[in-house]
Amino acid sequence: MIEVQHTLSIVFVALGILFIFAGSIGILRLPDFYSRTHSISKSDTLGVIFVILGLVIYEGLTQSSLKLVFIALFIALSNPIGSHALSRAALKKGIKPLLGDDLDKSGGKK
Amino acid sequence: MDQFFLYSAVLLTIIIAIPLIRVLKGPTLFDRLLATSAIATKTIVLITLIGYVYGSIDMFIDITLAYAILGFIGTLMIAKYITVTNSPEAPEE
Repeated sequence: MIEVQHTLSIVFVALGILFIFAGSIGILRLPDFYSRTHSISKSDTLGVIFVILGLVIYEGLTQSSLKLVFIALFIALSNPIGSHALSRAALKKGIKPLLGDDLDKSGGKK
Repeated sequence: MDQFFLYSAVLLTIIIAIPLIRVLKGPTLFDRLLATSAIATKTIVLITLIGYVYGSIDMFIDITLAYAILGFIGTLMIAKYITVTNSPEAPEE
């Protein structure tokens, strides 16, 4: 039983770190501010939730695992709200999003 | 299992260095702020993993909760502040 628990925990933590890594690559590679917001708010949130889910499986039913679940819920609410507030502020400050006409064939900026 | 958490923490520390490049060279102010909030999110996971490495998760989990709330409030307030004040932040291309 304890081996199943540990294996599931390792799988979830590794999957979460993979998603966090993909989000970090996205913030470096994508061409403009709004697409970077997309990368951070989606894949990062999923990665953090996966890692914390793996830790909850490792911990079992204790008080700490309840707090970990609260952290996962809080991240799931707060991370998209923060990204939305930042992109709203950027739109009000007049930063134009890149449209399809501004891109070349490979998807980079002209 | 402790070894696995230690290696995960080291890997996550290396991953945290990637948005730092965007903080240093980002073309606009908002890119820097976005990368900073991304670093704050990853640090939450890092503190939790370090708590398992040291074997005292009861203490580290409270630090994590406080850090999550602080990062969220900071990002939200800075975004609000930029919207309200009319500071001359020109959209550099």
